[in-house]
Amino acid sequence: MSHSNSHSHGHDEVGHVVPESTFLKVLIALLVLTVITVLAAQVDLGKWNIVGALLIASVKASLVIVIFMHGKYENKIIWTYILIPFILLAIMIGGIFTDDPFRSHPLPFGAQGQQAAAPAAPKAPAHH
Amino acid sequence: MAAHASAAVNEELNYLNWQKGIWSWLTSTDHKRICFLYLYAILFFFLVGGVAALLVRTELAFAGPTIITDPHTYNVLFTMHGVFMIFLFVVPGIPATLGNFLIPLMIGAKDVAFPRLNLFSWYVYMIGAAIGAIAMFNPIDTGWTFYAPYSTTTGTSVSLMVFAAFVLGFSSILTGLNFIVTIHQLRAPGMTWMRLPVFVWASYATAVIQTVATPVVGMTLLLIIAERWFGAGIFDPSKGGDPVLMEHLFWFYSHPAVYIMVLPAFGVVGEIIPVFSRKPLFGYKMVVVSSMAIAAVGFIVWAHHMFVAGISDFSAKFFSIVTFLVAIPTAIKVFNWVSTMYKGSISFKTPMLYAMAFVFLFMVAGTTGIYLAMLGVDVYYHDTYFVVAHFHYTIQGGAVIGLIAALHFWFPKMTGKMYNETVSKFAFAALFFGFNLTFIPQFILGMDGMPRRYYDYPAQYQTLHTISTIGAYLNGFGYTFALANLLWTALYGKVKAPRNPYNSHSLEWQTQSPPIHENFAEIPVVTDEPYNYGTPTGRGH
Amino acid sequence: MSAVAHPIVDHNVPAGEPPHIHHMDTQTAYGAAKLGMWLFLGTEILLFAVMFCSFAVMRYYHLGEFHDASKHLNIWAGGFNTIVLLISSFTAAVAVTKAQKGDNAGVVKNFGISLVCGLIFLCVKGYEYSEKAHHGMFPFVWNSDFYHYKNFLGLYFCMSGLHALHVIIGMALLYWYGIRPAMNNRFSGKYYTPVELGALYWHLVDLIWIYLFPLLYLVG
Repeated sequence: MSHSNSHSHGHDEVGHVVPESTFLKVLIALLVLTVITVLAAQVDLGKWNIVGALLIASVKASLVIVIFMHGKYENKIIWTYILIPFILLAIMIGGIFTDDPFRSHPLPFGAQGQQAAAPAAPKAPAHH
Repeated sequence: MAAHASAAVNEELNYLNWQKGIWSWLTSTDHKRICFLYLYAILFFFLVGGVAALLVRTELAFAGPTIITDPHTYNVLFTMHGVFMIFLFVVPGIPATLGNFLIPLMIGAKDVAFPRLNLFSWYVYMIGAAIGAIAMFNPIDTGWTFYAPYSTTTGTSVSLMVFAAFVLGFSSILTGLNFIVTIHQLRAPGMTWMRLPVFVWASYATAVIQTVATPVVGMTLLLIIAERWFGAGIFDPSKGGDPVLMEHLFWFYSHPAVYIMVLPAFGVVGEIIPVFSRKPLFGYKMVVVSSMAIAAVGFIVWAHHMFVAGISDFSAKFFSIVTFLVAIPTAIKVFNWVSTMYKGSISFKTPMLYAMAFVFLFMVAGTTGIYLAMLGVDVYYHDTYFVVAHFHYTIQGGAVIGLIAALHFWFPKMTGKMYNETVSKFAFAALFFGFNLTFIPQFILGMDGMPRRYYDYPAQYQTLHTISTIGAYLNGFGYTFALANLLWTALYGKVKAPRNPYNSHSLEWQTQSPPIHENFAEIPVVTDEPYNYGTPTGRGH
Repeated sequence: MSAVAHPIVDHNVPAGEPPHIHHMDTQTAYGAAKLGMWLFLGTEILLFAVMFCSFAVMRYYHLGEFHDASKHLNIWAGGFNTIVLLISSFTAAVAVTKAQKGDNAGVVKNFGISLVCGLIFLCVKGYEYSEKAHHGMFPFVWNSDFYHYKNFLGLYFCMSGLHALHVIIGMALLYWYGIRPAMNNRFSGKYYTPVELGALYWHLVDLIWIYLFPLLYLVG
């Protein structure tokens, strides 16, 4: 993407033409990964289930972004704006999770009478 | 900077007169006209929000009911004040008006990257405003922060008002997106990133925040609507939800939003001070870096609005420490502005008065912000008038003063006319004095423990409240007078402005005042650094 | 003087004609459109990010209920929909290549398949929703037995519902900016921007589902 403003009209830049075969290979990879993720979910790995699922999903997402969406050929500016939402999501979850697992007074539960199924949170030092 | 634009067209023809009639304005994709579409709208909502404020202040002037007989009406009024001022006035604020007008001119372009999207963003804004107006028939009293579970359970038109805010947010996103692409793609030859005026850098940082932060609050608002209609319960403790989650999501946008409000004002001040000091901007690179740093760090401090909401100690400590960090780039800017003025040849024209007032008022805002960033201190100050005074110093003393400064500075460029200096200075004096008279007592009230959003108070607080109300009326008078002066001059003024009355070196002043529809007859080629005032070689720092 | 004389207002036109106003050159316009679309996709990701974040928090507090509620979702329907979207994403990508080669019929065919896949997706979704309503796990018809699934199901409906809305929008874009101009042989190696942008939006729809499916249906 240039800002040379050379202003010659009718540029014959087609840009990168990705062959259909490449897309087909990626599709097969995506389908295989989908099968893997379904099978992996049938096995009980405790808290690693979600980690594995998200990892496989991220591999699939990367394939879609890099190949299907031509990410491979895009410049740094576009890549910055591809990454920013994911970074912000990480900040969002990260910031909120400095809060919830460390509360010394877990959420009160009301009419539905549910109990927190939270794993043992680190005990906060005795304040009042 | 030396630009080589030549106005080959008829000097009399400009963007204001080349097409006439209201329809030509409502269908115009010219960024300069869209500026005015936005400007009249936001100033109208500024007026409405201001009236709400004066009603609130009148009620609070004396203990006990004064002009409002029930607390619910009072709650509605301060909610409306906040909603109108924030969503309809300050957030669109400088970007939608001066940003729209100036960015293409300052980078040497004909228009923004997506002119039709630009006009569309204004219509989206107006639709949002219309939805908000409809919501006024059963007005909400939740405060502009819409905290759950009150907002998710109360009977007023929360869904409508919140949806209005969502639509307004969409307008903000479109504007931000447009500016990012414009600044990346449409800079004139030779206009490298490090030759951009700081107003463009500030607008770029603002546009990034607008584009990436606003969707977060948009979705949060939709979730509030979903909660009201479908009862998912994620914000409702009685259904296993967490109301603090709503606050996290809300402030994740709303803190960066305050930088949307104030960063462009930083840019305005950065443009005005070098011109009226006849000196290059001190530390251009650091001003640029600090603008981007404020935008970035602004995303990780949000929970300082929630220290006493029930978040964990660990979280509170983390956010407190990080909040101190965000003060640093702001302080750098203040240092740079003051250093620009040092040993400069200062001209005390109205724009410079506003710019200098900004520096002073924002210093107060910033330092009182540090107090609030301190955990132990905030436990005391939270939800008191100290906070109210702090954020009025940042938003009003910062963003709004920046807008008024910008309107005065670029008035000759936008209208081709000159306003009366004596009148504008008089209005400035009223405004400045009135503003401080309103809010300094509020710092003291806060220290004395007066809570915010309270309809009434014990008699011991009355004196300060009365003084504050007098200040509010003076403040309102100042704004009205300043804006009326500009409006009157724009419509009926006779004094024609020279092309470049303040002898500024940036690109927008090198074309005629008012500009032609296409901005420049030829795309300028930039060969020199910005802000090279009074330097022998013409090169800036 | 200017090194490059680029008049915006070009008076060098035949006599009697108004001056010609130069717009952005093709390459700048293409770059601008692409950057604009990626920025917009970013805002869509951030929209869903809020719900992923809420999901993370609610799941943290209600792990048991989330596991149980998730079992009430139809893995076969979800898995089938995943495959349908992946295929539609493939054909959307192929359509861009076709457009670059000037094969407008190929654009119509491939975007057409993507559109049909979108329709299939929506039908399966509609089936899933109606099943939920039938069992009292749907807003307005809640069965009190399932109240403790409300957090999970509330997020499920918000996330999958908003996603379905984006499928509809995507289908409209594919048709209006892709299929319709292609039927008029609009696209070639010199101009295929709408196809590329439409495909980008469609890929986003697929991307979101790539994360939605395992979180809602598999892990719970």
